[in-house]
Amino acid sequence: MITKPHIEIRNLNTFYEHQQPALVNVNLTIPRNQVTVIMGPSGCGKTTLLKTFNRFLELTDGTRIAGEVLIDGVNIYDPDQDVTEIRKKTGLLAQRPYMLPMSIYENVAYGLRIHGIKRGRELDLAVRHYLEIAGLWDEVKDRLHAPATRLSIGQQQRVCLARGLAVEPEILLGDEPTSALDPISAAHIEARLLELKKDYTIVVVTHTLRQAKRLADYVIFMYMGEVVEAGHARQVFEDPQQERTRGYLSGQF
Amino acid sequence: MTAGTPSLPLSQRLFPRRKHDSTGSKVLLVLTVIPVLLLLAITMALVIKALPLLKDHSLVSLLSGTEWKPMKGLFGFLPFIMSTIWVTLLALVIAVPPSILTAIYLAEYAGKTLRSVMKPILDLLAAIPSVIYGVWGMVVIVPWVQGRVLPLANRLPDGFSLLKTSNPTGFGILSGSIVLAVMVAPFIIAVTNEVLTAVPQGIRQASLAVGATRFQTICRVLVPSTLPGIFASVVLGFSRALGETMAVLMVVGNVVQMPGSILDAAYPLPALIANNYGEMMSIPQYDSALMGAALLLLTMVLILNITSTLILRRLMGRVRRAW
Amino acid sequence: MVRSWHFKPRHVAETVAKFFMLLSFLIVAASLLSILWTVLSRGLPALSWEMISQTPKGGYYLGKEGGILNAIIGSLLLAGGGTLVALVISLPIALFLETYVMKTRWARYVRLTLDILWGIPSIVYGAFAFTLMLAMGLRASMLGGIIVLALLEIPIMTRAMDEVIRLMPEELSQASLAVGASKLETAIRVTVRQMLPGIVTATLLAFGRGIGDAASVLYTAGYTDRIPTSLSSPTASLPLAIYFQLGTPYPEVQQRAYASALVLTLIVLIVSLGSRLVSARLGRFINR
Repeated sequence: MITKPHIEIRNLNTFYEHQQPALVNVNLTIPRNQVTVIMGPSGCGKTTLLKTFNRFLELTDGTRIAGEVLIDGVNIYDPDQDVTEIRKKTGLLAQRPYMLPMSIYENVAYGLRIHGIKRGRELDLAVRHYLEIAGLWDEVKDRLHAPATRLSIGQQQRVCLARGLAVEPEILLGDEPTSALDPISAAHIEARLLELKKDYTIVVVTHTLRQAKRLADYVIFMYMGEVVEAGHARQVFEDPQQERTRGYLSGQF
Repeated sequence: MTAGTPSLPLSQRLFPRRKHDSTGSKVLLVLTVIPVLLLLAITMALVIKALPLLKDHSLVSLLSGTEWKPMKGLFGFLPFIMSTIWVTLLALVIAVPPSILTAIYLAEYAGKTLRSVMKPILDLLAAIPSVIYGVWGMVVIVPWVQGRVLPLANRLPDGFSLLKTSNPTGFGILSGSIVLAVMVAPFIIAVTNEVLTAVPQGIRQASLAVGATRFQTICRVLVPSTLPGIFASVVLGFSRALGETMAVLMVVGNVVQMPGSILDAAYPLPALIANNYGEMMSIPQYDSALMGAALLLLTMVLILNITSTLILRRLMGRVRRAW
Repeated sequence: MVRSWHFKPRHVAETVAKFFMLLSFLIVAASLLSILWTVLSRGLPALSWEMISQTPKGGYYLGKEGGILNAIIGSLLLAGGGTLVALVISLPIALFLETYVMKTRWARYVRLTLDILWGIPSIVYGAFAFTLMLAMGLRASMLGGIIVLALLEIPIMTRAMDEVIRLMPEELSQASLAVGASKLETAIRVTVRQMLPGIVTATLLAFGRGIGDAASVLYTAGYTDRIPTSLSSPTASLPLAIYFQLGTPYPEVQQRAYASALVLTLIVLIVSLGSRLVSARLGRFINR
């Protein structure tokens, strides 16, 4: 059905503390160079699912993960895998933009420095390039060395985008990336995501149906930790196969 | 919640409220003056009692004099000042690296279980009275220094003057510093830990998300942004170490001399005050000199304390006292 | 490919750093265990019913028989009295800081002063109180000890209460004010009642600090082999019993020091655990 899978999830189960399951038997494929939207009512496990793609789930105390997540055919939970390389491959836009306590420039250059790029000229070019991609260059080019926290929250989210892209990931994860933003900034981010899908595989969690419809090429609907329905956006939105999906789309949850 | 809410008619019958409130406030306002007055009173009392000493001696000669012979009217504070500095600095050298590493470990690596076990342990360590640390020093540390460290130091070639001493007992700067180090460690750990945990989780995740290791996140993000707080925690530990009396007094040897090695005996300011207070009445100006010592100690502690408190307030809004 | 990433420099750095952190942690934990072990291994053999039920006997000050009852009772009286006096003064200050002047500049100054007072070495409190007593013609006595411990405990207690009261949801006092109660009534009827566990925690904390302090009572409370009979009699205390008796060359007398150390540690431990329990209950209460 999906011709070019980028991420494959096989028999994934996760548990929080006290054995309380968060994801139940998830089997999925996520297509390359498209926007996949994960939607569902709050608490349904969509953020949990997203966090298994960059192994952020293990940052929470007491979580257990069983099953496989394959990126380009390699199981990222294999003990031989280097977790930092996986995270380098998967950029993250969090719900709220968190600026590292440094300048705008250093925020974008951070990942490059982490991965060993030290030459000033190379950094300068990269910072400019990715700020341009994030659509922020013109707004900040005169104050690159000002603290990043002085920017508006919408601008900060675009710094996050530039920071994530700078380490050249293949996959871009968004965890309700516009929920803290004003409508104009949100539209800005959405426009970026749609532009970026030609080069990146994008997975976005959202709690608003309208955003899902605007962004999605491919849709995953989750409920109570299970994947209820997954498929191409047009098909899921226009002709849902499952009762619960129909209920959600008609606003019953 | 409802139990605490006064019923309106009854309270109106019992108290004429407006009047009650204003007189009540005044009484309470007066009470808040007490701490401020106490601080002023302590400082003033020490200054007034110490002043007579300045009649016959210049401040410079007091602070730089090395002779302490109260019977002859010689009051040189330098040996005590130097002792205090030696003991405190060495204690910090011993305490700071492991304390900060422990705090980082607890905040960034340790699981929930270890953290929840460690918190009461740190509270307990901070609650143990200093005499108990003194007992531990006399029973464990002094014999260890005498039996293990001294023979080793004696075999060292010349040139290691910092480790050479004629003091054959284990009582000395090193013992005092070890005991002090263990005493201030919980403070440094607790404050550093608190400063680190105050950093939002999202900032760590922002760093991890681009593929940084935890250690890179610590070195490049967490430590630089919390450096003032970590510094303040060390200063706080420093000021506590400076004034610590009993534990040090019991193991430091109490010999008036200019220390030249970490194995020499020393005589810090608090020990001077504690050891001589009772007999000061018979010798002229002796009480002034001891009050002067207390004033000196107070000044040093105040400077460090105010600095660290202000830094921490700036950083975290306010200082939370967890101990 | 297999496990090759372990040899990347940044992963090696992480492993090395983690090793040193764990090592530091173990050193800190081992020191604590060593202290507790010392107190237990020396104190337990010395502890007996005679030890805690008798005053020192067999000669003044360095007698080789009897126990440490004088120090136990003295310490409880001194710390109990000091804590009581401190409570009477601290509670209104803490309430006032919270109810009336929460965010004013004056409250900030008072808090800063309290923090500074908290950090002043106890030997300085001792020296100050002794000077005061000389000026008033008082001799080393239980009253002197109680006063100096109260002074020492006021900043601890006030700040601890202050912190607890701040945790109280603001709506609570606003609910009271909203029905027309005055600020003072709110403070007395709502805040005090709601904050009882916090007040208990702060009091226990201050008591623990007071009972363990030696330097402040050294010349203000004095030392004696007898059980005090009035506020003006000199009063022994556990910390000083440890300090004086450990320094003697007689093993029998040193036994009393070890017993005192164990008793003092147990008291502090119980107080510390007690305040933990109360604040754990308080935490539940706040979350509800």
